[in-house]
Amino acid sequence: MFSSFPNVVALLAVLVMATTGSSFARELRVCADPDNLPFSNSRQQGFENRIAEVVAGDLHAHLSYVWQRMGRGFVREYLNKGVCDLLIGVPQAFSPVLATAPYYRSTYVFVTRRDHQLKPASLDDPSLRQMKIGVQVLEEDYTPAASALARRGLQSEIVGFDTLGEAADSIVRAVEDHRVDTAVVWGPLAGYFARKFGNSLQIAPVIPELDPPGLPFTFAISMGVRKGNTGLRNELNDVLQRRGRDIQKILGQFGVPQLELAPPTGAGE
Amino acid sequence: MLKVHERRPTLANTLLCYVVSLLLLLPLCADSFCSDSKSHTSGMILPATESNYQPRPYQGKLAPDDGQWIRPAKDYASTRYSTLDQINTGNVKNLKLAFTFSTGLVRGHEAAPLVVQNTMYIVTPWPNNLYALDLTKPGAPMKWVYQPMPTPASKGVACCDVVNRGASYDNGRIYYNTLDDQTVCVDANSGKEIWKTRVGDINKGESMTMAPLVVKGKVLVGVSGGEFGVRGWLKALDGKSGKVAWTAYTAGPDKDVLIGSRYKPFYAQDRGQDLGVKSWPPDAWKIGGGGVWGWISYDPELNLIYYGTANPGPWDSDARPGDNKFASGIFARDPDTGEAVWFYQFSPHDLFDYDAVNENILLDLPINGQTRKVLVHPDRNGYVYVMDRTSGEVLSASPFAPITTSRGVDLKTGLLQYVEEKEPHRGKVSRELCPTAPGAKDWQPSAFSPKTGLVYIPHNHLCMDEEDVAVNYIAGTPYVGANVVMYNAPGGYGGEFTAWDPVSGKVVWKIPDHFPVWSGALATAGDLVFYGTLDGWFHAVDARSGQQLWQFKTGSGIIGQPITYRGPDGKQYVAILSGVGGWAGAIVAGGLDPRDKSAALGFVGAMQDLPKYTTSGGTLYVFQLP
Repeated sequence: MFSSFPNVVALLAVLVMATTGSSFARELRVCADPDNLPFSNSRQQGFENRIAEVVAGDLHAHLSYVWQRMGRGFVREYLNKGVCDLLIGVPQAFSPVLATAPYYRSTYVFVTRRDHQLKPASLDDPSLRQMKIGVQVLEEDYTPAASALARRGLQSEIVGFDTLGEAADSIVRAVEDHRVDTAVVWGPLAGYFARKFGNSLQIAPVIPELDPPGLPFTFAISMGVRKGNTGLRNELNDVLQRRGRDIQKILGQFGVPQLELAPPTGAGE
Repeated sequence: MLKVHERRPTLANTLLCYVVSLLLLLPLCADSFCSDSKSHTSGMILPATESNYQPRPYQGKLAPDDGQWIRPAKDYASTRYSTLDQINTGNVKNLKLAFTFSTGLVRGHEAAPLVVQNTMYIVTPWPNNLYALDLTKPGAPMKWVYQPMPTPASKGVACCDVVNRGASYDNGRIYYNTLDDQTVCVDANSGKEIWKTRVGDINKGESMTMAPLVVKGKVLVGVSGGEFGVRGWLKALDGKSGKVAWTAYTAGPDKDVLIGSRYKPFYAQDRGQDLGVKSWPPDAWKIGGGGVWGWISYDPELNLIYYGTANPGPWDSDARPGDNKFASGIFARDPDTGEAVWFYQFSPHDLFDYDAVNENILLDLPINGQTRKVLVHPDRNGYVYVMDRTSGEVLSASPFAPITTSRGVDLKTGLLQYVEEKEPHRGKVSRELCPTAPGAKDWQPSAFSPKTGLVYIPHNHLCMDEEDVAVNYIAGTPYVGANVVMYNAPGGYGGEFTAWDPVSGKVVWKIPDHFPVWSGALATAGDLVFYGTLDGWFHAVDARSGQQLWQFKTGSGIIGQPITYRGPDGKQYVAILSGVGGWAGAIVAGGLDPRDKSAALGFVGAMQDLPKYTTSGGTLYVFQLP
């Protein structure tokens, strides 16, 4: 929807930034969750914190944070009100923001114990019928797995886990502790916490990637800026090009399971 | 009732609720009405659809009135009718403020105050404080406050704002529920806690918002949380000890539902063994919702209680093929044992969150020349049901609001006739679904006046679109959910206050309002009906004509239940809690952004200009004649 005039806007934005940047230190204001590893925390230990440092460094900007749980309403209350300018990781198709090109794509995964005899190969694996299955709870919603499992008649095998803040590792820990047989977890969370249990857990992508007719388990992740802030978005796209390797390295360090990025789809709108 | 947002406290671990996550959606206010002011509709009375209405004074008998208000619906029949007539159509224009009381809370205030022995009792939304006000002293000063200190975590479990619908008085004690699933018993004189029983578990997504009913020493309480995969129940607690006497689950095997030899439903589809299991996918009944968060009525002669069950879960109806018994229906039970006597399902395999928890007014009405013991139930699905309360037979089901999702009710089979092309399915866009998820009418209770024979129904006038899935994320985790957006039904306004003739099944008059009418109703022998609006006006209208006779602008939107009582000075008073919130008012109480039309489960779409009309904050208003 911004296709008719992005170049002009971008050019102007870059010019404005270039001129102001010469006399004032530029500030990059990032909204981030204060307690949500592996993504971010207020001690700046998450991979999104690390990526934000890369971006700020590349733009010669001073990095500042607005700490806010990324629950419902945070886009309108923070990003849209100009409290901050940048979200480091949003789904590429997340419509309330203007998204950059995606810089990684991950998937929901099955987390299982390596020594468990049953390891679901897909949502249709009959072994799921003999399992207690952990799924993430997000505010009032279960993650997509719950709906997919419910349609397969597995409602009563589902156990919900809050995965925010202190409880972030609870779902992965529940697999380790035998409280559930498997858990369906968003990849970055699973990859990060599964490592803490050494070799005893394993993760495998949820299959199918898209549960017909329209329930995806993989998501491409972009940075998000306020709608209309095409200048910053275009700058960020350039940064992602320039510093892609650094960012990939960070994701690798945090154990983020990645799929190949789908072919470019333009600006991510 | 569905999930509502803009709360992000700790989430309990085992919430089960899928699908409906809410994102931005299309613009809704295509018609010019959206920019109009409230005055556009206020006070306008629409003519009767049938001009041949003749007042038909009620021939049945009602419980004697002692001028107090000891339970939310006033009497067991749930009439919300008072015989007090000092305030009447002739003098109501002089009604003046007597005193006020601030609760200091900004969430939705849905409770009816109680008045017992010259004391007024008020239950607040979370943290569910109970205030006692001394009516014998000028300005009704506070006698005491009881603070149950419910866990803050419970705020994260409540579906649709952290409301409480009130308390019940019985035998020197006040009973009510806390959001974190405790039923409390407080000494009405001293404010001292007598007992407190934990009846639910917030970690399972259970919360409690309903007002108990006390029947024969048993405190009847039910669970909220149909959006969180709870397994709904009604419990009877011994009023003396707080011990659970019986539990009747909404779904599951017959022994859990308390279905036994006395169970004789009227319609074939409600008969059979373990329907609470068989009408679900394997084991889905364990998380199938069917909460009991609305109203309970009681017929002492038949010794039966009546209550509706909430929507089945999850919202994604594709995930629960079957009739999903015994959700979205009504039970008649023996209050002593909990045994089910009959059941009827208003919305089998509920597709639209059509909870059946609305009030059941117990009346004896002339139907086809015969006096029948009936219950009158304005359902969320858009029909006012008149049912034989001895048998569960549907005698009539007449639409009181715009309906596109069904064609009617087949009185032979009792089955709701769904419109197939409106059925929502994953991946399908369904538009112009009326009524919406909050229903043609939500929990807001009606009143009945024996002088006019009419039922006064506060309700919604909304439609909704269910959109295809959209990507969302919370705290780093992406997912998809359906979008729901609600908007005003044809006519361009969001609510109505309707006078309804339950015998003919016809509207007598109706007053449109810009917003859904989310308050309860009160009828009095002064030929008056009282109700409030979401923008804070408290109205008194002529029970016969609907003509507005008095109004008062309170400090916040009204979603409470008006009551009236005789004060220690022998004078009649009218009381209402003001304080916007609840599902409809979440946009104000929760500070939702009106640009996000699908916030608060899509309700914001219909409410986006509410913040222009009111701010939050709970205050009791009490009125008297000069």
